[in-house]
Amino acid sequence: MASPDERPGDQIFRHKANLSMNTVENIKEQLNRFNADKKESGLHAIRQNAFLQFDKLGIPGVRHEEWKYTRINALFNKEFRFPYTENNLLRNDWQSLRLPGADDAHELVFVNGIFAPELSTLRTAGDLVLLPLEEAANSELYAKIVASNLGHSSRYAKDGINALNTAWMYGGVFVHVPEKHEAAHPVYIYHITDTRQGNVLSQPRSLVHLGRAAALKVVETFLTIGSQESFTNQVIELIVEEDARLEYYKIQNDGAHASQVSTTHVRQTGKSFAHTVTISFNGNLVRNNLNIVMEAPHCESHLYGLYLLKGHSHIDNHTLVDNVQPNCYSNELYKGVLDEHATGVFNGKIFVRQDAQKTNAYQSNKNILLSDTANINTKPQLEIFADDVKCSHGCTIGSIDTEAMFYLKSRGITEKNARYLLMHAFAEDVLENIKLPAIRSYVDQLISELLEFDLL
Amino acid sequence: MLKISNLHARIEEKQILKGINLDIKPGEVHAIMGPNGSGKSTLASVLAGREHFEVTEGSVTFDGKDLLELAPEERAGEGLFLAFQYPVEIPGLTTTNFIKTAVNEVRKYRGQEPLDAVGFLKLMKEKMSLMEMPQSLLSRSLNEGFSGGEKKRNEIFQMAMLEPKLAILDETDSGLDIDAIRIVANGVNRYRNENNAVLVITHYQRLLDYIVPDYVHVLYNGRIVKSGTRELALELEEKGYDFIKNEVAV
Repeated sequence: MASPDERPGDQIFRHKANLSMNTVENIKEQLNRFNADKKESGLHAIRQNAFLQFDKLGIPGVRHEEWKYTRINALFNKEFRFPYTENNLLRNDWQSLRLPGADDAHELVFVNGIFAPELSTLRTAGDLVLLPLEEAANSELYAKIVASNLGHSSRYAKDGINALNTAWMYGGVFVHVPEKHEAAHPVYIYHITDTRQGNVLSQPRSLVHLGRAAALKVVETFLTIGSQESFTNQVIELIVEEDARLEYYKIQNDGAHASQVSTTHVRQTGKSFAHTVTISFNGNLVRNNLNIVMEAPHCESHLYGLYLLKGHSHIDNHTLVDNVQPNCYSNELYKGVLDEHATGVFNGKIFVRQDAQKTNAYQSNKNILLSDTANINTKPQLEIFADDVKCSHGCTIGSIDTEAMFYLKSRGITEKNARYLLMHAFAEDVLENIKLPAIRSYVDQLISELLEFDLL
Repeated sequence: MLKISNLHARIEEKQILKGINLDIKPGEVHAIMGPNGSGKSTLASVLAGREHFEVTEGSVTFDGKDLLELAPEERAGEGLFLAFQYPVEIPGLTTTNFIKTAVNEVRKYRGQEPLDAVGFLKLMKEKMSLMEMPQSLLSRSLNEGFSGGEKKRNEIFQMAMLEPKLAILDETDSGLDIDAIRIVANGVNRYRNENNAVLVITHYQRLLDYIVPDYVHVLYNGRIVKSGTRELALELEEKGYDFIKNEVAV
């Protein structure tokens, strides 16, 4: 694992400078010093390049088309602690955060953006390869994979946020599933932010590689402990080679002081299968970038999403399906329920490149607003350059069906429980795509808590 | 059990019920018949507590309680059941899950312990055979893609599961063929006993061949204009509603 003398907290932000006005300038200055110190690292060039990008692009403001409804720059006006060396998270703190089914999963734990080997567990040796990203970049076996894939997401993110993560890339992991191997256990990745000593900005980074005909299930979740603000700027890149199968679940159920930009970048380099489900509850500001790049003919991908928010939570799901080659299939269904003052954004892009004939791409976004003060901005965006394709998109915004509500109440079901049953039913065609039973029942449990179902 | 006195109700500005009086005792079956637009379904809606209907005058007591003061779910808890004319389809909610929630809500309201999985299954099995309810319908989403007959059968099954004191059947026969009517009617007849009552709302007399009423009332223009026994239904069938309209006009 990473040697302690390389922890960036020593070099960077040693002094918790007053970052409130000049946070961005400060980040640049410190990054510059950090990178100058680390010229020998295999990741130096990519970090340096990302730094230049960040310098050029900065933090996106509301005039940036992709960030129109999600005001992220305001978050950078706060004082944050950056990745630091001391990790005060004890095994006991961590035990209570584990997800159902964890005993049968590989568990990868990041604390404040830095991989914590002492809290992580590989269930069966040889089921997959786990290395510090830095080490993988320098290894004989994996350097090539890292070099040709790490940072691929930056081609799809024309803003400084992705660059910031890459410029900071430190304490990340590399996961590899060997050719023709079906991982026996799912990988649970926990992003824990410990704010007990102040606001924290964390920037976890991972690269996951599924070799030819390999199979892997991944679950990512985000948890903040302490009552101060956290901001997680996370990037995971998953490479799916020919005949490989990826199942990916993102579960976001963080507190009202937790914000995040979470980028999941799936690159299908051969005819392969990718299945993603993004479940978002609560949180302050949550921005998800999900990119599926289908670079080979006959790729198949599924994108499902559910967001269920109240309070002042803000969720922004930006998805992108890039059809590069012919005969690919993608199906996308995102559903949302927004209550109280919650706000939502759905932006679904589908690119069909000139060579991508016979593309089948479907997209649907359905929303229910439970209050007059909740709102959603939904925007399908199809850019089609091939002429023999089947694409469809649609979005709906509605309110609760009063006749259905009355039907349930007339059977003795209280308003609250009826609302739960109706919202759960609405979500069912997303939920049924969670194929890990432990995660499925965990999500069901969260929904019943969120909607205060009181009859179990 | 149910006492309706001088009930007036409107929807928006339109006055629909204009003074209904009706008294239903345990063990009785009442039928309300009437032409389209006479207020039959409005009466069912007002009794079950559907929104948008405003009671402007009169009262309804159910086992001594002021029914109109209760929320729809409380009315169900008290033992009132409405079989819908158009049961709602809810994709994503299984019929079993729906009924289990309803049964336990009603039990909770009545101060009974909730049924566990085994107890619920046992009750379901018993009522399923009684109501000729196929198992396959129960694991499907509520009413989704059900035929007209299946939907109505599901209504009667829910009634059997919730064991109400008063069941109101709102045009339960509409859109059903004779076989489906017979099955639904058999279900109702098996549920009947000396402690409960049934109010059948129907346009046609044919349902009453199977669910035989003790009393028949004719609703016209928001009022019960004629009451009688089963023979009144047969007379209506023979002469049509015009004869009532003419009688009222005179």
